[in-house]
Amino acid sequence: MEIIACIKRVPDTETRIKLLEDGSGVNPEGIKYITSPYDEFALEAALRAKETEESSTVTVMTLGNDEAQENLRNALALGADEATLLNGDVTMDGLATAKVLAQEMKSKSPDLVLFGVKAGDDDQQQVGPMVATLLDYRCVTNVTNFEVQESIVTCKRQIEGGNEVVEVTLPAVITVTKGEFEPRFPSLKGIMASKKKTLVTKDVQVPESHLVVTGMEYPPERDGVYIVEEGLEGVSELVRLLREEAKVL
Amino acid sequence: MSNLMVFVDHRDGSVSNVTREILSAASSLAKELGVALHALVLGDSGAGDCSGQLAEYGADKILVAEHPALSTYLSESHGEVVVSAVESGDYSAIIFPATAKGKDLAPRVAASLDTAMASDVSHLEIAEENLEATRALYGGKVLVRLRFTAFPAVITIRPNVFSAKKTSGIGQVTNIDVTLPMPEGYKVKEIETLGRKNLDVSEAHTVVSGGRGLKDPANWRLLEDLRDSLGLEAALGASRAVVDAGWRPHGEQVGQTGKTVAPRLYFAVGISGAVQHLAGMRTAQIIVAINKDADAPIFGVADYGVVGDAMEILPVLTEKIAELNSEE
Ligand SMILES: Cc1cc2nc3c(=O)[nH]c(=O)nc-3n(C[C@H](O)[C@H](O)[C@H](O)COP(=O)(O)OP(=O)(O)OC[C@H]3O[C@@H](n4cnc5c(N)ncnc54)[C@H](O)[C@@H]3O)c2cc1C
Ligand SMILES: Nc1ncnc2c1ncn2[C@@H]1O[C@H](COP(=O)(O)O)[C@@H](O)[C@H]1O
Repeated sequence: MEIIACIKRVPDTETRIKLLEDGSGVNPEGIKYITSPYDEFALEAALRAKETEESSTVTVMTLGNDEAQENLRNALALGADEATLLNGDVTMDGLATAKVLAQEMKSKSPDLVLFGVKAGDDDQQQVGPMVATLLDYRCVTNVTNFEVQESIVTCKRQIEGGNEVVEVTLPAVITVTKGEFEPRFPSLKGIMASKKKTLVTKDVQVPESHLVVTGMEYPPERDGVYIVEEGLEGVSELVRLLREEAKVL
Repeated sequence: MSNLMVFVDHRDGSVSNVTREILSAASSLAKELGVALHALVLGDSGAGDCSGQLAEYGADKILVAEHPALSTYLSESHGEVVVSAVESGDYSAIIFPATAKGKDLAPRVAASLDTAMASDVSHLEIAEENLEATRALYGGKVLVRLRFTAFPAVITIRPNVFSAKKTSGIGQVTNIDVTLPMPEGYKVKEIETLGRKNLDVSEAHTVVSGGRGLKDPANWRLLEDLRDSLGLEAALGASRAVVDAGWRPHGEQVGQTGKTVAPRLYFAVGISGAVQHLAGMRTAQIIVAINKDADAPIFGVADYGVVGDAMEILPVLTEKIAELNSEE
């Protein structure tokens, strides 16, 4: 089975995001980067799918700049077989990203393509289903667990207030959310082995973005917390404030 | 500019709250633009019965596609019908509720139409005769304003972001002919619903979330009581710490690796307020924190705070709210 996992390099959630003075974008200085948390789940899912079928290979793929090599190397150390860096400008336009990824995938005709349900920076939840549409693959989103048997994948996906069990035939795209795929840690052996693995870099032309940023700003500040008095009186006061001031009760 | 279309999310003959909210927001935008608001309903025969409800929230024209193959949600068949409905009209934007279905369907539609999409939009306006959308980045740390340069713009909007207001639309119903083969290679085998009335934490008007400070899963009874006192539009949420500990199902987790919620009222009980938790709830309208540590970071985003032991505060809070309700 040919498996591809798409990962994205994103700012660490704990990093402070500072905007440029003119609000035209984010100040890149001092930002610490990680692999988007959901993409770690997607990679883990890919590695587990590979383990069920000896002859499988896992390719990790990203659209990003040279620094994303670090994230791809980590994935190789965890057990991916190959890595592809599509060197180009990262865009907020999900379809532009999807087009670049899908184009590269066509030459590989993968059986299974895994995505995080959403990227930690843009949080658009678009790229996975868009790639599926462009490749004309079946698509299951928001998956917490799945199992591949022959050419059928049985997926458990989260829906409002419950779960749905869905069966699809390969080839398929799956977007993974937090569930059974707790990421593994790299082993020393894995790290050593990764040094011999191939990381291919290709320059790509990213289509023009159809989402034009006209400005960025910080969300409005809250007024600050009002701490009610200790004890039972405080609780009565809280209820009164929620009703009369905040008007939410 | 041309017309607006809203994709209708309905269950058991009733239009979901988020659809009403989106119709209301789209209806005022349509009025501002001087265009019509269309609503698109897909489902098995009888799906169109909710048309009256759609007109009440501003739909001028209601496109109804009924077909047995549309009885369960499948992205391919739904996608095909939406795309052909959009292509047979002239639209500047197609708006989907950011529900499990909407989030699955909208990107497929955007890719098929080869157009631009903005997810989880919190504000829509016309700026210099262009449609401009505001949405959050980096777990809510930043807001970005985006202008579309491809149309129709595909947009998703989360529950509780806009409020539902009745306003009458023309409500003209048009049936669309659907010829679809029964879908192949994709089968829904089973649907399991967890808990109470299917209300998901991401859709609830009020969320009562608990964290490690609750000490023991048995203490969730106290949170359930509080939720029940808050009425039918309330749901339970949880921090990752208690989900990882197996106290609560992941479907309840709020935060970076859980759900993003924007309720009117959010209670964070025994939750420290780690940045990954805040990423999922900082856009709630009113945040109440209950924590025994006055320095807990959750107080940094809360509107109201109670410093103290949750196990003592919760029963009193529940009782006071119940009293308030019984006065009415
Ligand atoms: C990649 C990544 C993703 C993550 N995603 C998420 C996510 O989606 N959602 C999420 O929530 N977290 C997430 N986390 C975890 C997050 O960093 C915190 O560890 C977690 O939110 C802590 O949960 P908590 O507040 O319940 O527990 P704690 O941090 O242990 O806080 C417990 C709080 O309870 C208070 N307390 C104790 N006793 C009482 C009492 N008797 N009465 C009242 N208060 C009391 C304490 O003062 C404390 O503030 C993520 C972390 C990482 C690294
Ligand atoms: N630049 C990128 N390179 C590789 N994969 C990406 C990229 N952007 C998004 N993805 C994948 O698409 C998923 C959803 O991203 P998004 O639609 O931006 O929320 C991510 O979790 C990744 O798996």
